[in-house]
Amino acid sequence: MGEELKLTRRSILAGAAAAGAFVQAASAPAQAQAVMSKATAADVAKLPRIKAKLVDPPFVQAHEQIATGGPKVVEFEMTIREKKIVLDDAGTETFAFTFNGTVPGPLMVVHEGDYVELTLINAETNELLHNIDFHSSTGALGGGALTEVNPGERVVLRWKATRPGVFVYHCAPPGMVPWHVTSGMNGAIMVLPRDGLKDGQGKALKYDKVYYVGEQDFYVPRDENGNFKRYASPGEAHEDVLKAMRTLTPTHVVFNGKVGGLTGKNAMTTKVGETVLIVHSQANRDTRPHLIGGHGDYVWATGKFRNPPERDLETWFIPGGCAGAALYTFLQPGIYAYVNHNLIEAFELGAAGHFKVEGEWNDDLMKQVRGAAGI
Amino acid sequence: MATTLRFSLPGLTTSLGLLFMAGAAALLLAAPVRRPAAPTFPLPQTAIVPAVTMLHRLDGEYSRAGRPVDPPRVAINIREPLEIMRYQVSAADYARCVAEGACRRLDKPAPRGDLPVTGVSHSDAADYAAWLSRETGAAWRLPTDREWAHAAGSRLIDDARGLDADAYNPARRWLADYEREANRKAASDPAPRRVGSFGANEHGVYDIAGNVWEWTQTCLRRVAQDAAGRTTSESSNCGIYIVEGQHRAPMTFFIRNPKAGGCSVATPPDNLGFRLVRERSWRDRLPANFSRLLPA
Repeated sequence: MGEELKLTRRSILAGAAAAGAFVQAASAPAQAQAVMSKATAADVAKLPRIKAKLVDPPFVQAHEQIATGGPKVVEFEMTIREKKIVLDDAGTETFAFTFNGTVPGPLMVVHEGDYVELTLINAETNELLHNIDFHSSTGALGGGALTEVNPGERVVLRWKATRPGVFVYHCAPPGMVPWHVTSGMNGAIMVLPRDGLKDGQGKALKYDKVYYVGEQDFYVPRDENGNFKRYASPGEAHEDVLKAMRTLTPTHVVFNGKVGGLTGKNAMTTKVGETVLIVHSQANRDTRPHLIGGHGDYVWATGKFRNPPERDLETWFIPGGCAGAALYTFLQPGIYAYVNHNLIEAFELGAAGHFKVEGEWNDDLMKQVRGAAGI
Repeated sequence: MATTLRFSLPGLTTSLGLLFMAGAAALLLAAPVRRPAAPTFPLPQTAIVPAVTMLHRLDGEYSRAGRPVDPPRVAINIREPLEIMRYQVSAADYARCVAEGACRRLDKPAPRGDLPVTGVSHSDAADYAAWLSRETGAAWRLPTDREWAHAAGSRLIDDARGLDADAYNPARRWLADYEREANRKAASDPAPRRVGSFGANEHGVYDIAGNVWEWTQTCLRRVAQDAAGRTTSESSNCGIYIVEGQHRAPMTFFIRNPKAGGCSVATPPDNLGFRLVRERSWRDRLPANFSRLLPA
């Protein structure tokens, strides 16, 4: 490693003629070095600026997989909204704290070396102070100490995306962190390598589609009869919710804000032959994604793209407070369930989504040789 | 015991005959008495659905030459009128059965008595039918799938998927089912409404294919046919019954609240409830002028 770092830019270029594996090994730290080098405020002021257009999950802002040009300042704007949401078909309600109005907040996308410049607005109608902690940023509690905003205020934070991967961001207000995080106040950011995803052996990996699944555990208090309680305001609910949280037993574990957030009319769609990147975050609790009837072709379970992806996984483990990414090319048509493979959480508490996949059936991969009939 | 009885054959038949006659007379006289003099439970309102010949999509899972197909739609001749509850059994009705210890407590009783009872299993419905029969002196039971379709009349939804046995892509059926059920779910509010809210059909039967699916006593059948459509095997699973409503669904007998389960990705019925048919007694079968002579 030390030797590699001594290579000059010219010797790396010369080395490009040598074995591909060598180039891969040598260029990665060289680029990291470039990203880590300190730019002055004047340098940053000269960088091109672009405005990112965030969209609601499971969809993801339009972006390039391989960056064109050098680093940029990417401007984001998110408004925090406190709102009552319905968690299931039974009409169970809870107060959610949201980045941009959704649980989870939107998936932000930049490239390694870009600057994220976020304008964070705390809507006037809100009751509470909020802030944001980016796991992908460096310093000030992930930016939390520099972004505390009261209702009716805005704050602007800039930080440099130095590590490629998918990372969680969440609200972390003093004294109330878990309450805010388990009220839905989290999301993820994807920092892509400038030259796109690789399989760990130099081969480029591309996706036709990307979906963002945000998993959330909720702790809704119950009354003495076991029925879920309703409250007039978040403040009124606070004490009871804390008690429910301290049981460490969620009442709901859901994808994208509610039971059925990614099923039925909200199911994710793709086609046989399409490659899908599934970014999955859980800001609070461990999860183990599994695609029923499919696999993870390339999986970064802990979500950091400088590590080689694992191949052919059945289930992958994402620890609480982490985002992961899985790449899969669909090979058969049909309905796939994408679940947290703690199946109680999937089917009793809500952590399940669906993919609808069109295309031709492959008899070679699977065939019912004899239909079920009497013995 | 048998050795001490030494009846001659003619003697035996005579005594048996006498016994039957006495029994019949007793039944005849006792019938009105057995009905509670002042019924504590009001007789459920029923509708009489006239005899009919109807086209019916048979229940069950059919396959032809090993590939899933829609069950055949055949003309069925129903020779007798059907007496069936106008309304689904209400939460208040069911609560009386629970109060008398004849029905099991529900996990989440409805907040109001005028809602249809929901969150009930096939077993719960059977318990209720047995209790109601005891209370009213009439025989009540769950309808068969066919009887339900008869009572549903024009409200029956034919949920054939238009399956083509020649095109082998099982995913088409899965996707078609999923799409249909997703559309249905998106269009409907699952919260039960006051009985009668979904209106009556031409027979005066209310709430057919509303948002409460109804248990039937028909067991799930699996029918395999050859390429020519001849049945080669048929099996029946009586742990699973057909529930009817906006679509037909097979449901395990103890399920009270259906969920999209396991690897199955279907959208389940919104709620499970039921209504009962009244079994026609021998009195109903007598010519009208004769039955008038019987004690009321």
